[in-house]
Amino acid sequence: MPPYVLKDKCDGCKGKDEPLCEQICIGDLMTLDHVTGRAYCRSLRDCWDCMSCTKICPKGAIEQRIPYQLGYHGAKLIPMIGTDSITWTCVDIDGKVERFTYRTRNKK
Amino acid sequence: MEKRLPKNIKEVEEVRIETDLLIVGGGNSGCFVAIEAKEKNPDLDVTIIEKAHIDRSGALAAGMDAINTYIGEGETPETLVAWSRAQVGGGPLREDLALGNAKILNGCVESLEKWGVPFIKDEKGRYKKRGRFDISIRGEQLKPIIAEKAKSYNPRILNRVTATNFIKDGDRVIGAMGFGVRDGKFYIIKAKATVVSTGGAAGLYRSPTNDGTTSHHQMWMCPFNVGSGYSMGIRAGAEFTLMEQRWCAARVKDFTGPVDTISVGYKARMINSKEELILQKRYSHLGGDTAPRYIRANAPMGEWNDGRGPTYVDTRHLSPEQVKELKIDYLNERPTYVLFLAARGQDPAKEPLEIYGSDPYIVGGHTSSGYWVDIDRMTTLKGLFAAGECAGGMPNKFVGGCAAEGVLAARGSLKYISGVGHGNINEEQVAAEKQRVFGPLFKGLNMEAKYNIPSGQDPRWQYDGITPEEMEERLQRLMDEYTGGVGQFFRCNEEQLNYAIKHIKIMKKQVERLFANDLHNLVLVHDVIDRLDVSEVVVMHLRERRETRWPGWQTRTDYPDKNPELDCFINSKKNLSTGEIEMTKRPYEQILPGDRTKSPSPVPLSVEKA
Ligand SMILES: Cc1cc2nc3c(=O)[nH]c(=O)nc-3n(C[C@H](O)[C@H](O)[C@H](O)COP(=O)(O)OP(=O)(O)OC[C@H]3O[C@@H](n4cnc5c(N)ncnc54)[C@H](O)[C@@H]3O)c2cc1C
Ligand code: SF4
Ligand code: SF4
Repeated sequence: MPPYVLKDKCDGCKGKDEPLCEQICIGDLMTLDHVTGRAYCRSLRDCWDCMSCTKICPKGAIEQRIPYQLGYHGAKLIPMIGTDSITWTCVDIDGKVERFTYRTRNKK
Repeated sequence: MEKRLPKNIKEVEEVRIETDLLIVGGGNSGCFVAIEAKEKNPDLDVTIIEKAHIDRSGALAAGMDAINTYIGEGETPETLVAWSRAQVGGGPLREDLALGNAKILNGCVESLEKWGVPFIKDEKGRYKKRGRFDISIRGEQLKPIIAEKAKSYNPRILNRVTATNFIKDGDRVIGAMGFGVRDGKFYIIKAKATVVSTGGAAGLYRSPTNDGTTSHHQMWMCPFNVGSGYSMGIRAGAEFTLMEQRWCAARVKDFTGPVDTISVGYKARMINSKEELILQKRYSHLGGDTAPRYIRANAPMGEWNDGRGPTYVDTRHLSPEQVKELKIDYLNERPTYVLFLAARGQDPAKEPLEIYGSDPYIVGGHTSSGYWVDIDRMTTLKGLFAAGECAGGMPNKFVGGCAAEGVLAARGSLKYISGVGHGNINEEQVAAEKQRVFGPLFKGLNMEAKYNIPSGQDPRWQYDGITPEEMEERLQRLMDEYTGGVGQFFRCNEEQLNYAIKHIKIMKKQVERLFANDLHNLVLVHDVIDRLDVSEVVVMHLRERRETRWPGWQTRTDYPDKNPELDCFINSKKNLSTGEIEMTKRPYEQILPGDRTKSPSPVPLSVEKA
């Protein structure tokens, strides 16, 4: 399933040896395009849509899409990661918005 | 950082490490091996090699919404094992392994909560039951939390190193070799004991959701778990069991994601196009809603085959709050299913959710496929232990049981290490592996251009060889059509299996034509080689079981009934001098008395239904 990198948001994780999305991608798919200085997914077909790259990106620059064969275009699912909670915003193809917030770690 | 590729084998740098305990695969069970080993012996030198990054890798990468095995009030290790036995139609299974696992299971699950994973509680403060042995968690951070715990003991962690083969000294395993996916180096890691915990094998079969373009990896199991741990053992001559017991599951259609979340968690029952309750209507003689797992898994494809599809889990009774809870569960496990529903504009309270069969997987944490191990989790090769999905003989482990297997494999390894020193490395073996591993990288350099393709397009197409994607798709098509994939409603016969064996052998000869033009493609090359080796063994097992014991998981159209003479383990081992897979049988030993096909009744709880 294809992750899309938003050109205006990705800064290539400047200053890091390796972009965070590249460090975490479980399929070794996210990598840096040395010409544009931005990240991209080298093989859209091989993505498992685990969203690890989306969750780790400090710029919110990665959005996940459903392959068109399986789901229609225009839906979104955006995670916002807190230290011990997460908030997801989901928009469906008719523009209906839903939000989900919950704890992901017990209080220390 | 631009990566410079070696131009020939001499340019490939070597990294040599000596360690006490080597863990191949830092997933769920692999991390538990490290934690337990370091807890018991803080001075032990422990090394983990991990193909991805241990913070998010393997089955747990996207999170988990439940722990499928926990012994709650009213249950005992014995009721869990007897239930598990009934789920696999009475076995055969290794009850000795299952009982040992069940005894330490709860401790492993509870430690997850201590380390920070939120568990959902009932009004009495107990873990909230989702099913009989199922409990609900908010496991979005499950893998990062387990990894943090493992890292806190400072084991040597080699992220982005893919293991390719074991190092052998006679019949003992003395470590493993592999290559750095980022640094392009060859790793030779010598160990007193080695644990293999690379998870299961996905992508042997074509996924029903695979349309060849962007949905190739739309599957249930982590597609980067390709069965390397099994294939390394096969190549080293270890014994394997029940590789024919494939995990074919009912999954949400057009997504191939988990379905228990809905069917178990929200009591949504399976229906067909005529709104008939499938399990009640057709499988009541086998237990209806509580029929063995393979019956439930096979039920939707049975309906499609008989012309009564589509099939659904009926969610129309859910309240808006329950729909929201259901979506949160998915967000913790396979978040993009929520995106999928949004992309279909679908409300589960108004429309039931479609389900379908999955592609078959080899996952010894679910069914019983894997290494034949002793009670210490040592394989038939000395010094090599198996954990999690890799260990065979014991089904229904899931998150908690795989973790517990990690603990047991660590204990077994420690016992073994206390009595041995390091083995001796045979340099010829190392050099041969280095050539096997890196060879595909140098092929493209010498190959003729195949097509005149404008620059900017994938340069691999310019060479006259085989890309790993091409071979992978060939294998997946073959497995689906001839060895009982979902496309064939999970059914196969002797002739189809013979056909598959013939073609797998051809492909194995063509492996030398695979080529890679970068390190990522080198991973794909070895992924497909590993899948081929596992597939060959799976097909040999399917052929050897000339009966139908677990319809769906293993269906032979030419032998539609159970054969009492095959109420045993079917095992295999590669003969290292001939290269042939040789089949054997081992007897089943029943430890827990009673009807093997029946789930025991739980001890009634006075508090539950006041
Ligand atoms: C989508 C999904 C949902 C699930 N839902 C549930 C649930 O709700 N409840 C439940 O109890 N169970 C569930 N399970 C099952 C459970 O997650 C697994 O059974 C269990 O976690 C497997 O643990 P493991 O350690 O054997 O494998 P993994 O955790 O997958 O670890 C394998 C590791 O090996 C690494 N590796 C692979 N090949 C190599 C190589 N060649 N070299 C180096 N490293 C390698 C991988 O990158 C990975 O880190 C689910 C599984 C999936 C896929
Ligand atoms: S993590 Fe985000 S900002 Fe960094 S390179 Fe990747 S997409 Fe760009
Ligand atoms: S969603 Fe997962 S597999 Fe896909 S690119 Fe991101 S990290 Fe990699």
